[in-house]
Amino acid sequence: MASPAIVLPEHCSEEKLSGIWSWITTVDHKRIGVMYGVSALSFFILGGVEALAIRTQLAMPNQSIVGAHFYNSLVTMHATTMIFLMVMPLSAAFFNYMVPLMIGARDVAFPRLNAFSFWTFLFGGLFINSSFFFGEAPAAGWFGYANLTSIQYSPGPGVDFWALGLQTLGVASLAAGFNFIATILNMRAPGMSLMRMPVFVWMTLVVQFLVILSFPMITVALILLTFDRMFGTNFYVPEAGGDPLLWQHLFWLFGHPEVYILILPAMGIVSEVLPVFARKPLFGAPFVIFSGILIGFVGFGVWSHHMFTTGLGPVADTAFSLATMLIAIPTGVKIFNWLATIWGGSIRFTTAMLFALGFISMFTIGGLSGVMHASPPIDLHHQDSYFVVAHFHYVLYGGAILGLFSGIYYWFPKITGKLMDESWGKVHFWSSLVGLNVTFFPMHFLGMQGMPRRVYTYEGGFGWDIWNLCATVGAFTLALSALIFFINLLKSLANGEQAGNDPWDGATLEWTLTSPPPVHNFDLMPKVTSERPFWDQKYGSTHGHDDTTEVAEEEQLPAEIHIHMPPASYWPMVVSFGVITFFAGLMIHPVVSVVGALTVIVGTVAWTFEPE
Amino acid sequence: MSSDHSAVSVHEHPPPSFGVPNLKLAFWLFLASDCMLFGSLIATYLSYRGKDQLFGNGPYPLDLFSVEVTTISTFDLLMSSVTMVLAVAAIQRGNMFQTRLWLGLTALLGAIFVGFQGYEFTHFYLEGLKLQGNLFGSTFYVLTGFHGTHVTLGVVWLLLVLATTFTKHRGMVTHLNVEVAGLYWHFVDIVWIVIFTLVYLMEYTV
Repeated sequence: MASPAIVLPEHCSEEKLSGIWSWITTVDHKRIGVMYGVSALSFFILGGVEALAIRTQLAMPNQSIVGAHFYNSLVTMHATTMIFLMVMPLSAAFFNYMVPLMIGARDVAFPRLNAFSFWTFLFGGLFINSSFFFGEAPAAGWFGYANLTSIQYSPGPGVDFWALGLQTLGVASLAAGFNFIATILNMRAPGMSLMRMPVFVWMTLVVQFLVILSFPMITVALILLTFDRMFGTNFYVPEAGGDPLLWQHLFWLFGHPEVYILILPAMGIVSEVLPVFARKPLFGAPFVIFSGILIGFVGFGVWSHHMFTTGLGPVADTAFSLATMLIAIPTGVKIFNWLATIWGGSIRFTTAMLFALGFISMFTIGGLSGVMHASPPIDLHHQDSYFVVAHFHYVLYGGAILGLFSGIYYWFPKITGKLMDESWGKVHFWSSLVGLNVTFFPMHFLGMQGMPRRVYTYEGGFGWDIWNLCATVGAFTLALSALIFFINLLKSLANGEQAGNDPWDGATLEWTLTSPPPVHNFDLMPKVTSERPFWDQKYGSTHGHDDTTEVAEEEQLPAEIHIHMPPASYWPMVVSFGVITFFAGLMIHPVVSVVGALTVIVGTVAWTFEPE
Repeated sequence: MSSDHSAVSVHEHPPPSFGVPNLKLAFWLFLASDCMLFGSLIATYLSYRGKDQLFGNGPYPLDLFSVEVTTISTFDLLMSSVTMVLAVAAIQRGNMFQTRLWLGLTALLGAIFVGFQGYEFTHFYLEGLKLQGNLFGSTFYVLTGFHGTHVTLGVVWLLLVLATTFTKHRGMVTHLNVEVAGLYWHFVDIVWIVIFTLVYLMEYTV
C-alpha cells in the first residue's frame, strides 16, 4: 500500500531539535530516556569509585587510607548512589525509551510531567552528592537508622542532605509512577490487550505500582526525621517516649518493595532477551507475568524480615518468615520459565544473551542465600555480617545490573542505530562475571567467619585477611570490566556498525521502527493481534487460530497525515528547580524555601496554561 | 480514523484503552498514593497514642479538645463536599453561573475549615501544646497540619479553576478538570472523617 506522507508540526523540525536548549526543553520520551541513561551511567562511575575506595581501605588489616568517618560516608553514598541514582534511573531510562514503543504509543500520558520527573531526579542526585563539598557527606548508612540520624549522634549536615535529597528523588519517582501506569493502562495500541503486553511492560507496570504505594511511607519517615532534626520534635527520641523502631518499620515498609523495584525491571528485560536469542516464545508467559504481580504483592508483607533481631516476638517472626519464604515460589517459577524458554531453542550467544544468562545464574545464587535469611534463627547469625553483603550484591550486581547490561546491549542498536562491538562486549561480560564472583563470593566466607558489616578496618589473624584481599582484587576486576564497557560504548557510538531496523530478529513493536525511531514513533497506530506482533508479521501467526484476518481489511489511507506532537517546554525544569530550591532552603534559610515554593506554584500555573 | 478526507489530523492518542481519561486515572493513582501517606501518618499517631501519660508529659488530648468546635468545623468541611458535587453537576449541564457559584462556595467552606484549624492550633499552643513538647504535640500537629496543607492546596486549586472561568482560558474549565479537582476534594474530606474519628472522637470512648 502507498504510505501516506507524514506531516509533523513545525516545532519538530530538524533545526528545532538540535542544540542543548532542545534537550533542556524536550518532552520526548526517547530523549528523556537517553538523559536518564547518561545520568545513571555517570552516577554508576561515581558509585563505583566509592566502592573502590571502600575495597582499598579493606584490602589489608589495620589500614587507614580513609578515616573511619569518611569510610561511613563512602558506604552510605555508595549504597544511596547505586540504588537511587544508578539502578532506578537506568531502569527508568528503559521505561521511558521502550515502554511507549513497545505498546505502540506516540509518547507517555503526560510528556511534560515526564520531563519534570527527570529533572527532579537529576537535581536530587546532584544535591545529595554536593554534600561532599559542603562539609560532610551522609554517613549514617543508606537505611539511616534512628537514632543514629539524630542531631545528637549526627550533628553535621550530611543526614539533612540525605533526607532532603531522598525526598526530592521520591517526588520524581512518584510523578513518574502515576505517568507510567496511566501510559501503560491507557495508551496501548489497538488489539494490545493486557495479556498481549510484552513482559517488560508488565514488570514496569508492577514496579510503578510498588513505587506509588511504597514511596509515601519513606516520605513520611523522612518528614518525621526532618522535623526531629530541624524543629525539635520527638518522633525518634527515646527519652521523650519516641521509638526508633518506628523508623525501621516505616523505612522497611518502603525498603522491601524497593528491592523489587530494583529487580523486576531486570527480570522484564531478561524476559524479552531470552525469547529473541533462543528463537522461542517465552515459556509460560502468563505465569511469568502473574509471578511478577505476586512478588510485588507479597513484597509489601515481608518488611519485618529486616528486623528479626529487634525482637518482634515469635508470632511476628513466624508470619514474616513464612511470607518471605513464600516469595521464593513465584521467583522460582520465573527462573524455571526462563530455563524452559532456552531449552531446545536455537540459541545465539550474543552479549545481550550472555548477560541474560549471567543474570539467571547469579540471581539464583543471591536468591538462595536470601531464602536462608528468611529463617529467623539463621538470620540472627547473618545479621550485620558480610554474609548479608554477599547476598544483596549477588541480587543487585549479579541480578539487577547484569540484567540492565543485557538491556543496554539489546536495545543500544535501536536507540543509536549502531551495533555495540560484540567482541569487546563478550570481554566485558566475562570480566564482569569473574570480577563479581571474585569480589562477592568470599564475602560469604567472611560473614560466616564473623566479620561484621560497616567496619572501616579490622585486626589481622582472624582468617579474614585473604578473603578481603581477594574481594579487593575482584572489585578492581569489576572496575576494569566497567572501563571496557564504557570504551566499547563510546567507540560503538562513534563508529559502530550500522544496525538496521531489526538486528536481532525481534518480536516486539519497537523493532518495526527505524533505528533510532522517528520523533513521532509510529506513522500509523499498529494493530496488535498477539503478544509477538513483529514475529507474526514476519513469519505469520504462530497461534492455532488465525486472527490476523483483522488486519487484512485494507484501510483506505489518506494521502497526508498530520501528527500532533506536544511542543517543547521549559516549565518542567523550572518546577523541578523550585522543588530542589524548596528542600535546599530548609538547610539554608526559610526565605530560600519560600522562593522555591513560589517557583513551584508559578511554574505549575504557567505549565497548566501552556498550549498542549 | 476517518478516511473521507484527503488529509486527516491524527490526534495525540487513540481513545484510552482503559476507558478512563489519562488525567482522571493519574489522579486516582495519586489518591492511592496519598492514602499510604496519610496511612503512615495516622499509624504513627496511633502507635504513640497514650504514651505521654506513661511519661507524665502533658498536656493530654482531653485537656485541650473541644469536641463542639471540631464538630462544627467537620460539618463545614462535609458541606463543602456537597457544594463540590453541585459544582461538578453544574459544569456537566454547562451552567457556568452555577459552576462559579458552587466552586466559590466550596473554596469558601474550605477556607473556613482552615480558619478553624488555625484557631485550634493557636488555642492549643497557648494552652501549652508545643510541637517540641511531647509526643501528642508532635504527632497531632504533623498529622492535622499535613491534612490542613492538603485542604489549603485544594482551596488554591479551586480558586484557580474559578479564576480561569473569567479569563480567555475558560475553555479549560471542562467537566473533566472540575471532576478531578472534586476527586481530590472528596478525598481530603474522607481523610478528615478518619482523623476526626481516630484523633478526636476516640478520646471520648470509655
